[in-house]
Amino acid sequence: MIPAGFEYHRPADIPSALAILQQHGDEARVVAGGHSLIPMMKLRMTFLTHLVDLQDIDLMRGIDIAGGTVTLGAMTTQHELITHDGLAQTLPILREAAHQIADPQVRYMGTVGGNVANGDPGNDMPGLMQCLNAEYELQGPEGTRNVAAREFYEAAYFTARSDEEILTKIRIPVPAAGTGYAYEKQKRKIGDYATAASGVLLRVEGGTCTEASIAMTNLADTPILAVAAGEALVGSTLDDAARAAAVAAAVDAIDPAADNRGPIEFKKHTAGVILRRAIDRAAERAG
Amino acid sequence: MSKMHVKMKVNGKEVEGLAEPRTLLIHFLREDLRITGPHIGCETSHCGACTVDMDGKSVKACTVFVGQAQGADITTVEGLVNPDGSLGVIQEMFREHHGLQCGYCTPGMITRAHRLLQENPNPTEEEVRFGLAGNLCRCTGYQNIVKSVLAAADMMNAQKEAAE
Ligand SMILES: Cc1cc2nc3c(=O)[nH]c(=O)nc-3n(C[C@H](O)[C@H](O)[C@H](O)COP(=O)(O)OP(=O)(O)OC[C@H]3O[C@@H](n4cnc5c(N)ncnc54)[C@H](O)[C@@H]3O)c2cc1C
Ligand code: FES
Ligand code: FES
Repeated sequence: MIPAGFEYHRPADIPSALAILQQHGDEARVVAGGHSLIPMMKLRMTFLTHLVDLQDIDLMRGIDIAGGTVTLGAMTTQHELITHDGLAQTLPILREAAHQIADPQVRYMGTVGGNVANGDPGNDMPGLMQCLNAEYELQGPEGTRNVAAREFYEAAYFTARSDEEILTKIRIPVPAAGTGYAYEKQKRKIGDYATAASGVLLRVEGGTCTEASIAMTNLADTPILAVAAGEALVGSTLDDAARAAAVAAAVDAIDPAADNRGPIEFKKHTAGVILRRAIDRAAERAG
Repeated sequence: MSKMHVKMKVNGKEVEGLAEPRTLLIHFLREDLRITGPHIGCETSHCGACTVDMDGKSVKACTVFVGQAQGADITTVEGLVNPDGSLGVIQEMFREHHGLQCGYCTPGMITRAHRLLQENPNPTEEEVRFGLAGNLCRCTGYQNIVKSVLAAADMMNAQKEAAE
């Protein structure tokens, strides 16, 4: 399995990378870890004539935690998300989710920027970023702009990013101390995409849930921020009835397709089970 | 497409060659450099038979273009022998504990185990299984592979202690 030929570029900074993208238009594509793009090129489902490798761009690397915000360079690998001590302290849900992505070899190469920019509904980070209310920094010929993860995904492989823009950074507001969290995923085996997955953040004050954020992965052609599910929890004591109402609201919000991971009814059922587990674990951790 | 000039370090030696940019690292290693330890199993990023160590990371060489490996420091199973050419510790433990049957997955398993033990010299059985989850074996049922890696960890730790 060998892809069609292309020219390889390895620019040292963002302006040079943008210049190559502008020169070649939709004939050019950036590559980060390559672990979504290269398989598609090998299958000849993606064609390009100019491949722009981002690995030498230092500005797109690094993990910074300051002023209540975690900033991830887009080229941060999933392996780095798992092994970074500061993140394990500040935003442990990233580690919990990254551990459930693919296998060790893929995680050494796959980047968080590639995962969120790809637009594949099977990717785990987009839903997680919606749950966390992250923001993506995009740099293009017209300058820099920021787009909320919750506004970024339009359809499978269609996002708010234009062909000539590069996703450079991801900014995540650090949840308030004591916020409960969970990323739960059902997959057929290690290395598989989700049959259903769900990210949950819960804040509990004085026994009452005051904030809840719930997002669902691979259950529609984009990630789904289940707003009504969160609302079903806020104001409750996280009693059984509230949890069941949240699950029902989320199952109502998704729109899974039948495929080799199962028929629609099975996926809805699985989504409900996974979300309930995520809520239970997040509630246990809250406080 | 014109060929590009590729340079990298493989098993401690500087190597170079001309390759089309679409050449995958696994093909460059096997066909241009004739380093045939890393195998091609699935060629679709799933089986791990092609695993090599690249700049301290275990990677599937069937999913890396040569250009991405430009200037990298690469170790294959051939590079894990002792300086005198005898089997290295992990290799020796796979032999002793029957960590292989047909041997097809073995170079990938050993190269991955090498990086796992560099990062975690005292893994639990569960950590070994999770750490090797990107490598498939159709023969052994994994039991003896896990045993081999745990034995290699013990042996390497004992050697380290003896050296201190
Ligand atoms: C066997 C296997 C199992 C996997 N399992 C999972 C899984 O369970 N969950 C999961 O989420 N993922 C999974 N993946 C995908 C993996 O996590 C990818 O690495 C990830 O989706 C993409 O990251 P990348 O850095 O490899 O991106 P690339 O493959 O390099 O790029 C992907 C796409 O995004 C674009 N892109 C990349 N970076 C940028 C950027 N900075 N700005 C603009 N565009 C950019 C590229 O042009 C390309 O179109 C799996 C992959 C494999 C091979
Ligand atoms: S040959 Fe590379 S993962 Fe199977
Ligand atoms: S020993 Fe045959 S595939 Fe592992």
